[in-house]
Amino acid sequence: MLKVKNQQYFHSVHLMEDKCKGCVNCIKRCPTEAIRVRDGKAHIIEERCIDCGECVRICPNQAKIVVADTLENLKAYKYNVALPAPAIYGQFREGIDPRHVMAALLAIGFDDVVDVAFAADLVGKKIREAISAPSEIRPFISSACPAVVRLIQVRFPNLVEHILPVLSPMRAAANIARNHVTEKMGLDPKDVGVWFISPCPGKVSAVNEPAGTEDNTISGAIPIAEVYPLIREKLNHNQEELDQIVADLKPGSGLGLGWARSGGENQSIGGSRQIAVDGIHSVIQILEDVERGKLSDIDYIEAQACVGGCVGGVLTVENSFITRRRVRILATDNAGRLDGVLCDEMACEALDNEDWFRHDRPIEPRPTLKLDDDMAVAIRKMEQMERIVEDLPGLDCGSCGAPNCRALAEDVVRGLANEMDCVFKLRERVAQLAGEMMELAEKAPPAMGHVEKKAEIENAIGEHSAKTKPDTEK
Amino acid sequence: MHFVFEVQGGDFNKAGDASSKVKKILQQIGSDSTVVRRVAVACYEAEMNVVIHAHHGFVTLDADINQVIIVVEDEGPGIEDIEMAMTPGYSTAPDYVREMGFGAGMGLPNMKNCASQMEIKSRRGIGTTVRMVFENA
Ligand code: SF4
Ligand code: SF4
Repeated sequence: MLKVKNQQYFHSVHLMEDKCKGCVNCIKRCPTEAIRVRDGKAHIIEERCIDCGECVRICPNQAKIVVADTLENLKAYKYNVALPAPAIYGQFREGIDPRHVMAALLAIGFDDVVDVAFAADLVGKKIREAISAPSEIRPFISSACPAVVRLIQVRFPNLVEHILPVLSPMRAAANIARNHVTEKMGLDPKDVGVWFISPCPGKVSAVNEPAGTEDNTISGAIPIAEVYPLIREKLNHNQEELDQIVADLKPGSGLGLGWARSGGENQSIGGSRQIAVDGIHSVIQILEDVERGKLSDIDYIEAQACVGGCVGGVLTVENSFITRRRVRILATDNAGRLDGVLCDEMACEALDNEDWFRHDRPIEPRPTLKLDDDMAVAIRKMEQMERIVEDLPGLDCGSCGAPNCRALAEDVVRGLANEMDCVFKLRERVAQLAGEMMELAEKAPPAMGHVEKKAEIENAIGEHSAKTKPDTEK
Repeated sequence: MHFVFEVQGGDFNKAGDASSKVKKILQQIGSDSTVVRRVAVACYEAEMNVVIHAHHGFVTLDADINQVIIVVEDEGPGIEDIEMAMTPGYSTAPDYVREMGFGAGMGLPNMKNCASQMEIKSRRGIGTTVRMVFENA
């Protein structure tokens, strides 16, 4: 597991200070307004960051990075199990059988592999059961995308109870894997490393800091991008070696595999009163609607932070539009396998263990919007903030280091910034100060005045004396 | 604390913006999540009524540590029979609006459920004012 260094929450997304130019591209893109440029560097406010990876995607200088585990870390264990995310199967050229990708994982150093698509087949069944039961809560929201779960915790704390307490396929796969190695193979859990092969930073963080469960069944997360070149190599050159291993593998069905793209989860669950939403900004819009009570006739929302679903994660390799097509083809080709998966001995055992699929604790809200713990003070700050907003130019240029004028005003009342951080305010103030300086200069002792100045003064004296004379012209 | 937001009748693109802002403000002052939820739902329904039926209107938010008051005021046709309008399922929304999934006739009853007090004043041909009070905590 990755080390958490004096942070309140675990984050996989970090800033590489030396690469950051403070160009403010990322602060405008962050869905939770979690980034501020200070001293020319784009720092992340950790309570607000949901590890969605938007900033990683947008940064033109590769200054936002994802810190994850590497294959090196396998050495710490005697026996290592890979849990490949379904998105991995779309990364390779058409015609590559998922089983060959699983076999390649074994060939590059893992001792065992439990397909997350296989677990997804089972999770789909559990979700169907859970949402079919009568409940006051509508709609339920999938817990599969950790960035969405964190988004709800920090920005929509009212909606935490809408998150369906069924574990993600990743967690279910880990439970299956753990049971298999300890019960069937008799290994000491301490000797076994269980590694999620991840498409995104959100999953990396979720592995290290789970929501809805405390278990640490997963040892770490390795980016798809890291194993990709090694697997590709095996697929290209060790075809025969792979052919020999595939027989023992248990790949998921096309439906489980389909979870890799937006809409696949709903397809796997079956039913019609469901919607699928992808892309974090679209997810925010849908969650707004849920809060308004607008979607109470919907049973379930499949929501993914990445456009296109997990195939769009920043730790994948291939263009997500291409992967989406490949996943669709793979899903169709392997659709018939579902019955086989559900009859499998390992699957049956898992399905009987309800707790392998259930959250064992509530997901806590982590509200970040409150201006002050004392409501009276918060109200005063709110009023002050409104006055500041009215006074700012409203250009949302980001030059102050905050994503928009309102965010700057909020930072000011929180005591984190100054109104003069606004370049326009600063310019106004400089102009005003310049004016005041001029005025002051005028007030210089007469002896220090220069020629024009003297002339001006004489003029003034003249005018003055003229005025004292009787006005004859008017 | 006093905030005013404008609502444009017939503008379905912007519909819901005022209630989103109201919701965010309440979250920022630290209102309890059930209060936020109720105000969000009721305010959205009221805002939608302006968008669906009226020409123009305002959503006003007043809040202190004891209560939240939402006043939604519009210039529009007014409500012919308020009692009738309070009946669940009763709606005068035009068909095209119903096709968009709005105007199911649950607006006013729903608002009444959310608020601890609700008053409606309406004058035909002039407009409607809905005042809702919620306990704040
Ligand atoms: S990972 Fe997402 S939430 Fe975190 S700072 Fe980047 S854009 Fe913002
Ligand atoms: S996008 Fe953000 S992280 Fe990247 S260089 Fe610009 S300010 Fe820095």
